Amino acid sequence: MSPVSPVNTMTPKSKAAAVPALAPDALAALRNAGFSRRVFLKGAGALIVSFSAGGMLGTALGQGRGRGGVVDPTIPNPAQLDSWLAIAADGSVTAYTGKVELGQGISTAQTQLVAEELCVPFDRVRLVYGDTSITPDQGVTSGSQSHPTNFNNAALARAGATARQALLRLASQQLGVAADQLTAANGVITAKTDPTKQVSYGQLLAGRKFELALDPNAKRKPFSEWTVLGTPARRADLPEMVTGKFEFVHNVRLPGMLHGRVVRPPAVGATVVSVDESSVANVPGLVKVVVKQNFVGVVARKPWQAIQAANQLKVTWTPGKGLPGHAGFYDYLRNQKPTRDTLYVDSKDVEQRLTQGTTVLKATYLHPYQMHGSLGSSCAVADVQGDKATIYSPTQGAWNQRSSSAMVLGLQPQNVRVIFRRGSGCYGCNGADTVTFDAALLSQAVAAPVRVQLTRKDEMAWGENYGLPFVMDERAALDAQGNIIAWDHEAWSAVLGGRPGNAAPGNVISGTLMGFAPGAFAARSPAPEPMQYDNGNNSIPSYCAGGVGGTSRGTGTIKSERSLLHNVASPFYTAPLRSPARLQNTFAHECFMDEMAARIKADPVAFRLRHLADPRLRDVVTAAARTARWDARPSPRPRNRRTGTVTGRGIACVLYEGDNGYSAMVAEIEVNQATGGIVVRRMVISNDSGPISNPDGLRNQIEGGALQGLSRALLEEVTWDQQEITSVDWQTYRSLPLGFSVPVIESVLLNHPEHEAMGAGETSITLVAAAIGNAIFDATGARIRQVPFTPERVKAALAQRA
Amino acid sequence: MRNGTAREEYQDQDHLVITAPRRGLTETNVRHTLPSMSLFNLKVDGRAHTVDVDPATPLLYVLSDDLELRGPKFGCGLGQCGACTVIVQGQAIRSCITPVSAVAETEITTLEGIGTIEKPHPLQQFFIEEQAAQCGFCLNGVIMTAKAFLDKNPRASEAQIQQAMSGVLCRCFTHVRMLRAINRARREMAR
Repeated sequence: MSPVSPVNTMTPKSKAAAVPALAPDALAALRNAGFSRRVFLKGAGALIVSFSAGGMLGTALGQGRGRGGVVDPTIPNPAQLDSWLAIAADGSVTAYTGKVELGQGISTAQTQLVAEELCVPFDRVRLVYGDTSITPDQGVTSGSQSHPTNFNNAALARAGATARQALLRLASQQLGVAADQLTAANGVITAKTDPTKQVSYGQLLAGRKFELALDPNAKRKPFSEWTVLGTPARRADLPEMVTGKFEFVHNVRLPGMLHGRVVRPPAVGATVVSVDESSVANVPGLVKVVVKQNFVGVVARKPWQAIQAANQLKVTWTPGKGLPGHAGFYDYLRNQKPTRDTLYVDSKDVEQRLTQGTTVLKATYLHPYQMHGSLGSSCAVADVQGDKATIYSPTQGAWNQRSSSAMVLGLQPQNVRVIFRRGSGCYGCNGADTVTFDAALLSQAVAAPVRVQLTRKDEMAWGENYGLPFVMDERAALDAQGNIIAWDHEAWSAVLGGRPGNAAPGNVISGTLMGFAPGAFAARSPAPEPMQYDNGNNSIPSYCAGGVGGTSRGTGTIKSERSLLHNVASPFYTAPLRSPARLQNTFAHECFMDEMAARIKADPVAFRLRHLADPRLRDVVTAAARTARWDARPSPRPRNRRTGTVTGRGIACVLYEGDNGYSAMVAEIEVNQATGGIVVRRMVISNDSGPISNPDGLRNQIEGGALQGLSRALLEEVTWDQQEITSVDWQTYRSLPLGFSVPVIESVLLNHPEHEAMGAGETSITLVAAAIGNAIFDATGARIRQVPFTPERVKAALAQRA
Repeated sequence: MRNGTAREEYQDQDHLVITAPRRGLTETNVRHTLPSMSLFNLKVDGRAHTVDVDPATPLLYVLSDDLELRGPKFGCGLGQCGACTVIVQGQAIRSCITPVSAVAETEITTLEGIGTIEKPHPLQQFFIEEQAAQCGFCLNGVIMTAKAFLDKNPRASEAQIQQAMSGVLCRCFTHVRMLRAINRARREMAR
C-alpha cells in the first residue's frame, strides 16, 4: 500500500475482519467521525440525527437527490461536517465523498481539495468514497458533475472550509489568540506574532468529532493562497496499478465465494420456455441453476466450471420479437410513432424567417448507437445472507444500486450495503449495474458470496445500455451580408431503460429479465412550450440566443431559433454514454456551421466568432485557433488535388451542457482519397472549466476524451441482424488500438479561478466528430454527415463531389 | 473449435500480436465432456505452485482465482484486447485462451513479477512518471506486451513499438501517455 491509497481499495480477506480491513488510523478516524463499529460490521445503524434529508440533498449537494424525501438514518447526513471529514488524534485526515474514482482522476482532485482547505499535505488525506454505509449520498458520479458539485461552495468544499474555520476557532480558545491572528499550515495552527504559540489539529480535537453543521458562510481558501489545488498532483492509485497490487472489483475475493454466470436470451425479446437442469448434471463443481422469470444463471465453485455450465445448460426460448433492419434504421427512427417531443427553444418565427434568407441551407446528420465498450467485461461480488446484503459493485450510483438491488432481492434498502469497487472504465452506463443485479440474485439463491463476470458477448450484446442513435435535420437562412438569421434543429432519437435509478431495476437487462419493467415510454406530442432555458443536451446550437421565457441565456446571437427533439422507443437499451446527446447534437451543429461558412466563403473561425456572444466561448475558439496557427481562409483548402493524399483542418466548439465547460478543438488530418482512410495528425484543444484543480488530471481527461472521440468518429457502430446484436467482440465492434497512428495532442488550459468549477470529463470528446468532419471537407471538398467515417463512407462522399 | 482440440488450438497462441483471432474461438462454443481434474506444477514469478484443475482451464483463471494474482485480467476471453497478458519463455501470451496444461512446468511471469512498488521495473516507473493511466484495467496488458517486446528489441524505434502494441486496447484512450512511457522505458532499458 502506498501511504495515500484510498481505503476503498482494500477488501476483507476474512469474514471476521469483514469491513474493518481499514487501516487502524482510518478506523479510528471513522469512529471519531461518529460512526459506530456497528456501521462497519453490519452496514447499518450509524447514529446520526438527520433532518429533512431530501431537502438537504437537493441543496447541499447540488446534484444529490432526496430519496422520496424519506429520512434515512443509515446514510450519513450531508448537512453534518462529521459526515465528510474526520481528524484522528495523530492528525491524519479522512474525507468521505460520494463521488467515486472511475479512472477519471476525481479522487486525486478531491484529495487535493481537502488538503488545501485543511492546510495539510496531500499525503495526509485519506479519501473514502462510494460506500453507502459510511459516505454521504451524492447521487451518481456522472455527467461531469463531480467537479461542479464538490469544488464550489457546497458539499466537500464547504466541509473543508467549515472544518478549517472550526479548527481556527478551537485554537483561538486554546491559545488565547484571536482567530484572525492565527495561521494554519501542515496541520498545525500558529500565532502569527508568536510562533511559539502553536497547536496541532490532533491536539485540538483529541480524537473527538466536530459535531457541527456545514456552514454556508464558511470562507473557502482564496485561490491566491492555494498550494495544493491548481498544481499537478500524482494519482495515488498508480503504483499499485502498475505493479499488479490494485484491487479492482474483479479481484474481490470473499471467503467461501462461488462463481456465477448468466445465460442470456438468443434473440431480443425471447423469453424462457423451459430450462433442462439435467443438461448440466455432469458439470463438476456446479452448485445451482437459478431461474427467475426470464433470468437464467448458474453458480459453480470455480469460474471455469460456471462457464462450462452456462455453455452447456439447455434452455428453450421463444422466438425473438424481431428487429428493425439495421440498413434502414434511420428512416425507422424518423417515422416511428408514438413520440415524446421536447421543445428546447422556439421563437415562433423560424419558418417565416427561413423564407427570407438570401441563402438557405439544410442538411441531415446521422449518428449510430455506440458502446461504452469497457475493456474488462463487468463484474460484481454480492454476499446476501438472510435479510442482509453486502454488495461490491463498480456502479456509478451506489445509492441507487442499493435501493434497486433491495427491490431485486426483496429486502429493505437499509439492510443492503453497496460498496463501490473500481471496475474497468465505464464512461457511462456499461454493464456495471446489470451485473450487480446478477450477482445479488445468484448470491441470494445459494446463500453464499457469488462473483459474476460477464462474457465479452454478454457485456456487448446484453450487458450494457448503448449510447443514443440520432437523426438530426438542420436548416438555416443567411442574409445578404452572410449573417445567419434563423436556425432550426429537429432531431429524432431512441430510448429504452437507462440507469436503474432509485427504483427501476428494469432499466437494464437483468432487471427486466427478473420481472421488472423498464421505465415506461411516456408519449407526448406536441411538445409543451419550454418553461426555462435548458441546454443540457446541447440541443440548441451555440450560435443561437437561447431565448426562453423572455430572457436569452444562450451563447450566440441568432434570435430566430427552434430546437425540437422527438424520442421514440428503442429496440435496445440505452443510457448515458460519455457526452450523451451532447456529442451527437454538437456533431450536427458544428458541421452545419461549417457548411454555412463554406457556402458564403467565410473563414470557419471568423464565421463562428461573428455569431458568438459568450466571451468565454469566444476565448476558447480564439485560443485553439491561435495555438494551432489557424490558417484563416474559407474551406475547402485551395489547390488540393482530387486524388492522392490531401490535408485539411477543421474546428468545432461547445459550451458543454450549456453551462458546464467551454472547449474548442482544431483537428489537422490527412485523407487518402484512394482508400478513404483518415489519419489525424494533430489535435489542439482549448478548455475552460473555471478553476483548474489538477492540471495534469485535466490534461489526461482531455487527451483521453479526444482519442475516444476519434475512435467513435472513425470506427464505432453497433450492428444487428433480424434477431440480435452482431457487435459482440473487438472484431465486430472496432476500437482504435494502442498501436494506431496517434495524433499529437496539445491542450490549452485556460484557468479561471474567479468563476465556478465546471466539468471537464466530456468536453473534448464532444467536439471530435465535428472537427474531423470539417477537416475532411477542408481537405477534399466532400461533406460526410454520418458517423462513423468509415473508409467506405468517405469514398462515397468523395464520389459525390460536384 | 471442436471438442477436445482446445489444447492444440491454444498452443500456437504464443505470439504477442494477435491480429485476427480465429472466429469461433469463443468461450460459448468450447465444449468439454466431463472435464477431469489434474495436478499441475506452475512456476509463477519465481514461486512454485501446484494446482488441481481441469487441464483445459485457461491459465488466466488459475492465476487470478486459484493463485489470486491481480495482474492478469479478464477483458474479452478471446485474445483480442491484451488485458490477460503474461510472459512465458520470453513471449507475451494471452492467458485467457491458453490452457493451463500448455504452460505447466514453464516459467510464467506476471505484472507482479517484474517489479514492486519499492523497486519498480523501468516500464512501471515511467508509467508512474508519465501518469499514464485512467481506470488502469488495461495496464497489465500494455506493460507486459511492451516488456516482452523491448526485452527482445532493445533498440526498437517508436514506430516499431507502436506496431508491437497494435493488438492491445485501452478504452480510456490513454495512448499518448502510455506510448511516451514505453519509449522512455526503452531508453532506460537499453542502457
